[in-house]
Formats: sequence, structure tokens, C-alpha cells
Amino acid sequence: MGITVVDVAKKFGDFVALENVSVAIPEGSLTALLGPSGSGKSTLLRVIAGLEDPDRGQVLLGDEDVTHRPARARGVGMVFQHYAAFKHMTVWENVAFGLKVRKRGKDEIQKRVSELLELVQLDGLAKRYPAQLSGGQRQRMALARALAVDPEVLLLDEPFGALDARVRKELRAWLRRLHDEVHVTTIIVTHDQEEAMEVAGQIVVVNHGRVEQVGTPRDLYESPANEFVMSFIGPVNRIDDTFVRPRDIHVSLEHDGDSTEAMVERVVHLGFEVRAELVRDDGQHLLAQLTQEEAQELELERGLIVYVRPSRQTVFTP
Amino acid sequence: MIAKYALRFGALGYLAFLLLVPVGLVFYRTFEHGFQPAWEAVTNPQALHALWLTLLIAAIAVPANTLFGVTLAIALVRHRFPGRGLINAVVDLPLALSPVVVGLSLYLLYGTGGWLSGLAGHGIKILFALPGMTLATIFVSLPFVVREVVPVLREIGTDQEQAAETLGAAPFTTFRRITLPAIRWAVCYGVILTTARVIGEFGAVSVVSGRIEGKTETLPLYVQSQFESFEYTGAFAASVVLALIALATVLGMRMFRPKEAG
Repeated sequence: MGITVVDVAKKFGDFVALENVSVAIPEGSLTALLGPSGSGKSTLLRVIAGLEDPDRGQVLLGDEDVTHRPARARGVGMVFQHYAAFKHMTVWENVAFGLKVRKRGKDEIQKRVSELLELVQLDGLAKRYPAQLSGGQRQRMALARALAVDPEVLLLDEPFGALDARVRKELRAWLRRLHDEVHVTTIIVTHDQEEAMEVAGQIVVVNHGRVEQVGTPRDLYESPANEFVMSFIGPVNRIDDTFVRPRDIHVSLEHDGDSTEAMVERVVHLGFEVRAELVRDDGQHLLAQLTQEEAQELELERGLIVYVRPSRQTVFTP
Repeated sequence: MIAKYALRFGALGYLAFLLLVPVGLVFYRTFEHGFQPAWEAVTNPQALHALWLTLLIAAIAVPANTLFGVTLAIALVRHRFPGRGLINAVVDLPLALSPVVVGLSLYLLYGTGGWLSGLAGHGIKILFALPGMTLATIFVSLPFVVREVVPVLREIGTDQEQAAETLGAAPFTTFRRITLPAIRWAVCYGVILTTARVIGEFGAVSVVSGRIEGKTETLPLYVQSQFESFEYTGAFAASVVLALIALATVLGMRMFRPKEAG
């Protein structure tokens, strides 16, 4: 079921969390709400879930206006950053909770919970308590619990934020596959642009309570709508009014027409990718991104004098 | 090493001198002349009535304060409303206020010339009767459940409750299935502290009860009246009953405590 948010505003005291936000989430998509902390992305998710009342505006699920409907009647599944596991219940009971509340039959609950535990690969741990699970397992349990009630939409609030980097990567890939299997309209809130780009088909960039841009990961990277999106979506060099991606800094050992002299300050090897921190003779600092091969060819090292030229640059007219 | 033992003996000695020796002496004096006199002293009608009254008041005051305490704790932690800070402070008042003052304030309210003295004219007797004594007891034992439950509610946060809500649980279901299990040990602990306070209450009840023998005399008041009339065996034996109830409460507390909390 598609989600439509129309002109939603929300204040907490003097703090403006959302300022006239309108956004459309297509049915069956996996959309990321991306923004720095305090940008309002979590508030937007909670407004959609019904956990927060907007001061103004509407929330539609499909064609239905659910703005004034309580969370329990919206048919949403929600996963929280800190798992929100029911600590006094076993994994099985956690997943069964929504079904029990809905007074489903015993056999149906049994069948559905077993299916879900298998789906999230926790079938062997049904009798454990959340305290006996790892962070990644707890979050998979929370996902199964949210999916148990066949939600129309699945809302994930920084679901991997409390996990370590390796588990986070695993779960991202797993979430992507899960979404291919269950096709439920999903929104994931994250402050991690890499996570958003890796997982989502559509990204909504939020900043200061406003939507800055909506697009595919590629759109955002290739044609950012403004300065904020450009610098949030990846590393960027700012030279006066122009913005250059580090991989669009051309580095060579020979001077040609419009290139400028620069000195290598630091070289960082990240496997295939090599990052070079440069300082131009006019004092401008630059970050260049090269392949390992290119770096080898240039014999890039600290103190080396090179000539740089932006091969592609962006200027935003205010 | 020496410091460790000094600390240990210091703490134990302090406890023994202040608590164990006096209470032990009460036990000793009670059974000084054997079990029979003590038994007779606590099974006479006046003593039995006092015990019955004490338990009756506890049976009303403890559930009332439990219900109120849990409700107030949830209101204080989960809701924002005007006057919240004031209520939060006022809840502690019974802890700070001398029980005698509580008794006197009730006396002023319901007694001759008091704001609510008119009730007596309608046949509702508050002072020198069970209602007044129960009110006084509820007043002095009010904070315990609230104070035990508030920090636990804060600690568990709202995530679990919100998760239950998105899963389709109505507010009361969420309370019964999620919130209550999470705060159950705090509630138990609060109930036990409340019970201990209720059973032992003397000052406030003393003022509002009028201390009518065999009518408005609770067990602590009975101890006092026996003592004043030089009926030492009766006073000590009733004290032992009070001490045993207190002991049972404290043991109950230890048993109820969740294992993981040590």
C-alpha cells in the first residue's frame, strides 16, 4: 500500500521537527528517509506510524486518510532502533504477540510464528528470552514480530543503528533480500548515506524538517538538487562556489593548460580505492579519489608535487 | 585487610546495638515466664480485636495505595500536564511530615468545626472510627508504591509500549501485557513497604482513633495502652506479633525480589 504525506508540520515546543513535508512513497517500494540527526526523519516516520500526532497535514495509506487513526488501527509494522523487545516474553511469544492481540486461532498462530522464525532464521531460538540473544538476532526477532500481523507498510527506525559494523552490513543485505520476498511497502530511517544507497530504491533526503530531494540513489549522487544533498550524499570538495566529487579530481604529474600545482599531504589506502589529501599552491585543500592502479602509476606519496584539474564540477545557483 | 574487618564489625556492631539487641530483648521478656502467659496476652479479646483492626485497615489501605500508586506513577512518567512538578513533590510529603501532624490535620478537617464536620451530622462517622483511621493510614503510606514504580517506568522507556501499540494492542492490553509485567517487581516491593508501614503506623492513627479500647485500637496502639497500664507481658507479646508480621514482610520482600537483581 502506498503512503502519501501531505503538508505535515510538527513542532515540539519551539523546535520545528517537520515543516510542511509532502512526500509520496510508492506501493511495494523500499524507501529510505535519510538525514542528519535532528533533521525530522524519525518524527516523519512516527507520524506515519501514528505514534506522533502532526500539528497540521494529512497521512494517507493507500487512498485512506489515517491522520486521526491510532497506531493500533493503521496496520503498520514498526521496528525500533533499540529493538523494543518484550523482555519478559520468549522469542516465540514476542512474535506471536500481535496475533494473540488479534485473537487469531491457536493453530494459525503456531503456523505463522514458525514460518516467520524460519524467515528470519531464528527457528532454533524460539524458547530463548531477548536477553539471551545478540543484537542482530534481537532485531531479526523484532522484524518477525512486526511482519507477523501482515502489515500494509513496514516502518524501520534506524533499525541497524545499535549494531556493530559487520552485523549491520549483513542485515542490510538480508533486509534487501527479505523485501524482494515479501514486497511490503517499507520505509527505513537512517543517517547513514551508504546504508540508504545500498538498501533503498528511493531516497528521501530530509534536513531541518524539510524534504531536500527525492530520488533514486543514482539521481542523488549524479544530480543533487542542492549543496546539502551534494555534501550529505558523499564526500565533496568545495572550491569557492563550485563542488567537485573527489573522484572527479584529475591528478597528473604533468602540467596541462588549466591544471593547478598541488602537493600530496597524505595518502590513504583503502584496498581498491586510494584517497589522497592534497593542498593546492593557493592553500586550497582537496580530497582526490583514485584507483589503486592510478595511484601506483603516479607513485603517489607524501610530499609529491602533482597537477590537479576538476574533470566535472557542479555549481548551485541559489 | 584490617580496614575491611573493621568496616564489617563496625557495621554489624552498629546494627546489633541499635536493632538486634532491643528487638531481641522484647522477645526475651515476652517469653520470660514461658509461652503460656504470652499466648494468653495476645489471645484475649482486646488484643485479638486490635490485631483484626490492624489487618482490616491494611486490607483497605494497601490495595488503595497500590492502585493509586501505579496510576500516579504512570501519570507522572508518561504524561505531561500542568501541576505535574507540584504533584511529584507533594507525593513525598507524607515521608517528610510527622504522622502526628497528619493525624491533627485530619482531626481539623473532620472534627468539630472542621470543613467536613458536617458529614457527622449525616451519620457518616470519620473521626474516632475506622474511616478516619484508614484515611490516616493511607495518607502516611502513600509514597511507597509511587516511589518504587517511577524509576522503573522511566528506565523501561516507551519503546515496548509503542511496539505493542503498533501491533494492535489497545491501551489497557498494553498496560496488562507489557507495562505491568515490566514493573511487577517494583510494585511488589512497593506493596511490601506499604504493608510494613501500614501495620506499624502509630502517630496519625493515634490522633484520629480516639483510642477506644476494643473499638478503635490497632495493634501498635494496644501495645502502647498495655505498656501504660503496666501490663508488660501484654505489651511485649503484642510487640512480638508486630515484629513477626514485620519479619514476614521483610522475608516476603526478599523472596519476591527477582533473582537477576540479586
